[in-house]
Amino acid sequence: MDESSSHSVTPKSKDAKKKSSSWASAMVVPLLAVFTALVIGALLIAFTDPVVLDAWKHFFADPMGALAATWQSIAVAYGALLSGSLGLVEIWKALGVWLHGGGTEALAVAMVPLSESLTASVPFIFAGLAVAVGFQGGLFNIGAEGQLLVGALSAVYVGYSFPGLPIYIHLPMALIAGFIGGAIWGAIPGLLKAYTGGHEVITTIMMNWIIISISAWLLKVGGPMSRGELPITPEVLPSAQIPKFFSTQGNRFHAGFFLALITAFLIFWLLYKSTKGFEIRMLGANFKAAVYSGINVKHLWVFVMALSGALAGMAGTVQALAIDHWVGMGFSGGMGFDSIALALLGRSHPLGVVLAALLFGTLRNGATRMQSVAHIPIDIITIIQALVIVFIAAPEIIRWLYRLRQPEGEEAPIFTTSWGS
Amino acid sequence: MAPVLELRNITKQFPGVLANDHINLRLEEGEILALLGENGAGKSTLMNILYGLYEPDEGEVFIRGEQVAIEGPADAIRQGIGMVHQHFMLIPVLTVTENVMLGDETVSTPIRILKRDKVAARIRELSEQHGLHVDPDARVQSLSVGVRQRVEIIKVLYRHANILILDEPTAVLTPQEADELFDILRSLRQQGVSIIFISHKLREVLELADRVMVIRRGKVVGETKTEEADQAQLAEMMVGRQVALTVAKGPAQVGEPVLEVKDLYVMDDRLQMTVDGVSLTVHAGEVLGVAGVQGNGQTEFVEALTGLRQVRAGKVSIDGEDITNASPRKLVEAGVAHIPEDRQADGLVLRFPVADNFVINTYYKPPFAKGWRVNRAAIDEQAERLIRDFDIRTPSAYVPVSNLSGGNQQKVIVAREFSRPIRLLVANQPTRGLDVGSIEYIHQQLINKRDAGVAVLLVSAELDEIMGLSDRIAVMFHGKITAVVDANEVSKEQVGLMMAGSSLEEALKQAPARSDAPIEAIL
Repeated sequence: MDESSSHSVTPKSKDAKKKSSSWASAMVVPLLAVFTALVIGALLIAFTDPVVLDAWKHFFADPMGALAATWQSIAVAYGALLSGSLGLVEIWKALGVWLHGGGTEALAVAMVPLSESLTASVPFIFAGLAVAVGFQGGLFNIGAEGQLLVGALSAVYVGYSFPGLPIYIHLPMALIAGFIGGAIWGAIPGLLKAYTGGHEVITTIMMNWIIISISAWLLKVGGPMSRGELPITPEVLPSAQIPKFFSTQGNRFHAGFFLALITAFLIFWLLYKSTKGFEIRMLGANFKAAVYSGINVKHLWVFVMALSGALAGMAGTVQALAIDHWVGMGFSGGMGFDSIALALLGRSHPLGVVLAALLFGTLRNGATRMQSVAHIPIDIITIIQALVIVFIAAPEIIRWLYRLRQPEGEEAPIFTTSWGS
Repeated sequence: MAPVLELRNITKQFPGVLANDHINLRLEEGEILALLGENGAGKSTLMNILYGLYEPDEGEVFIRGEQVAIEGPADAIRQGIGMVHQHFMLIPVLTVTENVMLGDETVSTPIRILKRDKVAARIRELSEQHGLHVDPDARVQSLSVGVRQRVEIIKVLYRHANILILDEPTAVLTPQEADELFDILRSLRQQGVSIIFISHKLREVLELADRVMVIRRGKVVGETKTEEADQAQLAEMMVGRQVALTVAKGPAQVGEPVLEVKDLYVMDDRLQMTVDGVSLTVHAGEVLGVAGVQGNGQTEFVEALTGLRQVRAGKVSIDGEDITNASPRKLVEAGVAHIPEDRQADGLVLRFPVADNFVINTYYKPPFAKGWRVNRAAIDEQAERLIRDFDIRTPSAYVPVSNLSGGNQQKVIVAREFSRPIRLLVANQPTRGLDVGSIEYIHQQLINKRDAGVAVLLVSAELDEIMGLSDRIAVMFHGKITAVVDANEVSKEQVGLMMAGSSLEEALKQAPARSDAPIEAIL
């Protein structure tokens, strides 16, 4: 017992200060993790480049040459990554042209890399929120991949099946279908956990396989959802497509981005401002105390899994209704698994998830250009993402590298309850 | 002659806490030194440094006058230092011999086969020499807690320790078992073993130790020969102020029955019928103490009463209303308060701020909820009030409750449970592991609730606590209530015998009756 500490409650202003500093300390490890991963990525880029390796063979004859070659290789690759994902220089130039009386056409073209990055991050935001909600409730939802597919299939089905509806009826119908599809696919593992004790890690993985196989049947040529001779669904009707902005110049930026931000805010409100969120966070922080405090944990497990599944479903829904307009095999392409990394990087906080999703979207999008300009395989981004996850999961590495102290009173975030619980 | 063990200027800084501040300690050959202090005073840190588990920031260790470096438990064992931890480090499915050998296996050459016989013989020898009565071939899981502790002692002696550290060894023992342990320790002392005995129980320290050293907030605040000390003086040194060692309480104003339990049967996790036909009644305005050695069904009994465990058969009612197998929420609404046995596992959400922990079972109701919304203002206002009223030491209402000391964590639970109108208070081990100051406070709060007309069911393995607080005592043994007696009509020794399985008649015959003097200490 510390008798020197004050009895009274600290005034609000001091408390606010404390909060902001804990915010900053929460950001340190993720930021350094990303930075470190990019540094290692740079070394990988440089030392798989034959030119650089050749220059290093003559290191003792020409040390500056070796270093210059290394730098050159990294600069080209990351330069391409930056211009391909943000293209700020081009935007700046196009802005100048526009201000001096030029048309908006150049500007629209210059905006493509940035708008593509934002577009790519939209499904990441939804899927990241899905996993984050699970983590907050102490559940490890590995099933986002499958829930996303169920959501996309449901939304697309509604999207092509009801011709003649106005957009303000048809589009919400398709969105709700995707939401509900994901929710059902997520609720099943929740029910299994609550009433049979089946661990959600196992059951969500199995649910992934089940929907992948079902979708193979649905989409095979001649299958119930196939498009005649093609193993993909029919095209979503325009009345169920999410509207795009300035789509003339190949911009695909769409309204789903704002829907994602609104959803992130709603999830934030739910988790931190509502009584339901209080329950969810209590369940995640201490299962036994949640039981003690009178929460019906079985119902709550089902609720959290359904919500998580619904959010994952929205990731697939928005991607399908805005960008692809159809669903084929391999639709999700591992996005559901990337979202686990995202949620970890964002510390399961909605704002953190949004930031992490923007980062992932940017990296993914920039990597395409990096591949075409610098001939760096797109897989380097996968490696960088994997490194980020390793550093987030093992923060001691980062603390050791940068000589950080373990922040006081802060425990490693608990992502899930133990096996068999 | 140089002392067996000397610590000089041991200093250990943890982030934010100076756990040990230039501590000096001398242990003479064949001496029992008690290390007395509240939880968090730094006793365990000091002993962990001595055992090589922590590295001190400063300071030296001397063994028989020679400076030594202890970098791990292996070094400590080599220097003849042995430690008996509070939580036993035994493997239940192995035999005593196998447990003793573990980590230091005696094997034959060249084919490495365990020489169990040789070790068993040595264990028999040690057991006889020190009166330990341990069968080397018994499996540990079949042994009582007291015997398991003696196995721990054998483990240490087997490794030729002559400096023995015991960390709160009596916490898990019945009074009789504790007496046996003291006899063993005295016999060890006679044979030249030097002992450091960590405790926060004043009575034990005075009974057993030759010398006592009191630590408060990382510093040595006093050292005295036990024959020159008394409880009040030690308590004052330990806490830093005068402490009331007994709870002032008047006679109970017993009212209507509140809790009625009839033929209750409850199973534990292994599906053993751990509560085996219990019937009890607790009235408004009285404290019913359930005495029993840990593991006799009290945990399951309390869990069944508070909605955390399924009742297999029987009936529980409050104010005449049947609440058998009601959910925890329904019980909260019926006016049941529960101070759980394991405060960190059940009673608190450690990562949540103090303010939120005050509402973990009322957050869904006004004023803390407004529709779907959490009403921060009401939660904060209550937090401020409870922190003030219950004198909870915390830098603010918004730090995680994990940052608080054990005593203050318990106060958070007590404050929460007392912040709403209640009819029945179920307190399971409410002061376990707490410091004297907090114990005093929580005991007073329990009595205040009793005097306010609440029915109090107190479950405790601390016999002194039961004796000091209860109006009636129910003894629980092997899942059954073996006796319910008026607290004023039995002596501590008699209850102790019943806790160990004697019937009421046997206990009254065998143990000295209660003298009229009030019970000396409840600590």
